[in-house]
Amino acid sequence: MGLLSDPVRRRALARLVLRLNAPLCLLSYVAGIAWFLALAFPPLTQRTYMSENAMGSTMVEEQFVGGERARVFARDFAAYRRKSGALPVAWLERTMRSVGLEVYTQSFSRKLPFPDETHERYMVSGTNVYGILRALRAASTESLVLTVPCGPDSTNSQAVGLLLALAAHFRGQIYWAKDIIFLVTEHDLLGTEAWLEAYHDVNVTGMQSSFLQGRAGAIQAAVALELSSDVVTSLDVIVEGLNGQLPNLDLLNLFQTFCQKGGLLCTLQGKLQPQDWTSLDGPLQGLQTLLLMVLRQASGRSHGPHGLFLRYGVEALTLRGINSFRQYKYDLVAVGKALEGMFRKLNHLLERLHQSFFFYLLPALSRFVSIGLYMPAAGFLLLVLGLKALELWMQLHEAGVGPEEGGGSPGPSSSLLSAQGVGLASLVAPLLISQAVGLALYILPVLGQHVATQHFPVSESEAVVLTLLAIYAAGLALPHNTHRVVTTQAPDRGWMALKLVALIYLALQLGCITLTNFSLGFLLAATMVPAAVLTKPHGPRPLYAALLVLTSPAAVLLGSLFLWRELQEMPLSLAEGWQLFLSALAQGVLEHHTYGALLFPLLALGLYPCWLLFWNVLFWK
Amino acid sequence: MAAPLALVLLVAVTVRAALFRSSLAEFISERVEVVSPLSSWKRVVEGLSLLDLGVSPYSGAIFHEVSNLGPCAYAAGGKTTELNPQTPLIIYLFHFLIDYAELVFMITDVLTAVALYFAIQDFNKVVFKKQKLLLELDQYAPDVSELIQTPKEMHYIPLKVALFYLLNPYTVLSCVAKSTCAINNTLIAFFILATIKGSAFLSAIFLALATYQSLYPITLFVPGLLYLLQRQYIPVKMKSRAFWIFSWEYAMMYMGSLVVIICLSFFLLSSWDFIPAVYGFMYPESPSHPDLCREEVIPGCPAMTPSSRENKEMFEHFSLFFVCVFQINVFFYTIPLAIKLKEHPIFFMFIQIAIISIFKSYPTVGDVALYMAFFPVWNHLYRFLRNIFVLACIIIVCSLLFPVLWHLWIYAGSANSNFFYAITLTFNVGQPRQPLNS
Repeated sequence: MGLLSDPVRRRALARLVLRLNAPLCLLSYVAGIAWFLALAFPPLTQRTYMSENAMGSTMVEEQFVGGERARVFARDFAAYRRKSGALPVAWLERTMRSVGLEVYTQSFSRKLPFPDETHERYMVSGTNVYGILRALRAASTESLVLTVPCGPDSTNSQAVGLLLALAAHFRGQIYWAKDIIFLVTEHDLLGTEAWLEAYHDVNVTGMQSSFLQGRAGAIQAAVALELSSDVVTSLDVIVEGLNGQLPNLDLLNLFQTFCQKGGLLCTLQGKLQPQDWTSLDGPLQGLQTLLLMVLRQASGRSHGPHGLFLRYGVEALTLRGINSFRQYKYDLVAVGKALEGMFRKLNHLLERLHQSFFFYLLPALSRFVSIGLYMPAAGFLLLVLGLKALELWMQLHEAGVGPEEGGGSPGPSSSLLSAQGVGLASLVAPLLISQAVGLALYILPVLGQHVATQHFPVSESEAVVLTLLAIYAAGLALPHNTHRVVTTQAPDRGWMALKLVALIYLALQLGCITLTNFSLGFLLAATMVPAAVLTKPHGPRPLYAALLVLTSPAAVLLGSLFLWRELQEMPLSLAEGWQLFLSALAQGVLEHHTYGALLFPLLALGLYPCWLLFWNVLFWK
Repeated sequence: MAAPLALVLLVAVTVRAALFRSSLAEFISERVEVVSPLSSWKRVVEGLSLLDLGVSPYSGAIFHEVSNLGPCAYAAGGKTTELNPQTPLIIYLFHFLIDYAELVFMITDVLTAVALYFAIQDFNKVVFKKQKLLLELDQYAPDVSELIQTPKEMHYIPLKVALFYLLNPYTVLSCVAKSTCAINNTLIAFFILATIKGSAFLSAIFLALATYQSLYPITLFVPGLLYLLQRQYIPVKMKSRAFWIFSWEYAMMYMGSLVVIICLSFFLLSSWDFIPAVYGFMYPESPSHPDLCREEVIPGCPAMTPSSRENKEMFEHFSLFFVCVFQINVFFYTIPLAIKLKEHPIFFMFIQIAIISIFKSYPTVGDVALYMAFFPVWNHLYRFLRNIFVLACIIIVCSLLFPVLWHLWIYAGSANSNFFYAITLTFNVGQPRQPLNS
């Protein structure tokens, strides 16, 4: 406080900020990026450790031997499934009952806002089947979930088989203190969402579903399983959930413990774990994994059924069996043992998982970066916006009234005050127009799909995507529109004030995003900040314009897709990339309407209008 | 001037009506920044239904012995488990108006704005006269000419005040949440209007009503008195007889109306239960309500006050000390300010309102909105403000981060209460700097 109150030091500080602004901005930006890249290196990455006492010290002995049984179940399931063409509900009910579970079904239906071409579905109706294994030692107040999502084709039948075999095995044990729910959902994530909504008796996405007949207690943790072969070479673990939410790190630690114990090979983002962290290779590989995780988390999609559980405060992760060309393979018994071990340890929980981190980045399965260590990276980037805004404010302010600097004589200062008033009024038009374009971008594509399909030879899904792109591009015509509205007396002040507002607006949004979803915030900050800071109506305008267009939210999305495939070592050609981009747009809109993913509204209502403001600054006359 | 005012009122009412109809209303009314237990609409409804059942609204803690569950049970079962902090008059008022509640809250906001408008208009006339007089007498130093307000500038100030109050997002939010804080604001606005118009009697009545509502406005007694004295050209001197007579009169009017109001409440309920319920509630850590202390760590009730961070568990022995330290702040500055700002009672009043909103227990954004509305009045002092940019940013950032951190804490379960309290603390750090600077 003293620093800010003392006029002498204040002036010194102000002069420092003004004179050194450009180098400070540059330094801060470079520091932010460098910090992020350094995250994969040992002093910043720490070894993971189990924080939860209840799961730490107790050892369990896995006794699961039902590998053969699981294969039989899987074969039967696949056969029935092929016969009926849908989830064989009756067979599932019968089998679950025969292994001794309380079985219930739930039917649901959902009309998607427009046809989903990737999954080929529009009017969806299906049935979830779930069986509850009642705990012998407690009063059904808490439960664990093992879920298997079933898509339209007959993949995942091995997962169903393993689920049933595990249920049969668990049924014979006496140590359960939490109910265990074995859930098979149809239409993968849609079924999971319907079941979760019904279980918690809420309706957030407009799903029609029947009432749940049977319930267990509050769900403490959930594991989703995806297996499509009798043998696996490795298990891939997926943590990123809806809107970038992550499960408690302890759940991941638990999985890793049992993988190590059973000698299972596990991967993260499809990448093997680097062994050697002392040389450069390990961290570099870690950085690749970390970047993949950042891209995935930033997408805000639920990358497995577990992602939907996270929203209800249930810690969950998805295990995906991978069968590649590697020599050494594991059968279902090994996977079953790992799952048994995890469930037995979760059974020991005395309270919800809360001891370990909820915000982390993973360069490898056994290494993590905690929130305190990665936040500075985003902080440095946001500081650039703050510094630039401060400089603009001081320029605006000094040009106006400067009691300390003694700049102005009484005459001009009063006229400048009124000029300031005009400047503020002239900001209203661009702000309102850009927000209106954002609103149109959010509402019109889905609303106007039928009109578009009547007038143009396109399908609904294409109509939505093309309308999106059209409105997006039409927003770029904005400066010409506002110029007729705006009349300014002090042109320089006008754009400076607009840029100041836009900078603060951007910083606020990015700050809020970073707090909830670091990856998204960082990705947007790293791309949008330089263009936002540099933009002004003088100087090399075409260069600025190109930079702005390249860093607009849609371009960032396109770039991330290319980066994503590049990191996965399956590079995209341009045409493929464009196709993928279009389908990603459609998926983004769909995920918002079906699961409540927030990326689309965030971009349409928040960041795109903000970006348009910078575009407006660039073309200010 | 009437046309722009009408326009502003129309816009404000439209915005509120639209928000009442939208799905946001429910979300807003659950926000802890907007409604505190002291001003929550839920409690009014609860009191009403108890009254209809023939149970005293204030007997909650006595009847429901299993009150240790605190607000959890309250939220779950809809039963009253605590003392109801709404005053009897509010409850009786809505007894008749429950069906028109939205309308009532819109009207109170409009009334506040209109009262402020006329009050400031009058005040400006006085200021202008004084300025003219002093100019003629040539008493101003030559370099203050910039600070003298022109009639043109002054002309728009009342409108700006009304605009600042009505379209302030904070006011809109608390109106949509039906926070009874809006009613307190109206009473204070009418008190200011009556004071500026020079009506000692009405001023005393409104001050008594405001005090009855939330106790803290008692500190506004001093600036009110000072202004009335100034208006009647009675010098503030210990030896002056007129000064003592007028003070005595004003105090008696004030005390009299307060007693009348409290007795009225007594006759309505035929019990004194409401006194500990309403006024005892304001002291979150008072030893007489052990179960209230727990609610500070339970979602739903944490107040945006620094005091709530001091957890009961750790500082059991010091609870009385904390009550004193935090509550004394509200009253502590009155006397030094009265001496320093003797000549500027309205400015004193503004500072005092700001102090109340900063230090009261269970503050909400509605309180902040009231003193923010006064900023245009001191428009000409704008150039003396320092760090205005930093402060404005702090306030905006905090307003946005409240819901984000709240979401992380309560829904996502990934952050914890410390994140939220950190932001309330930042807000509270940012807030006092504004009046301090002014």
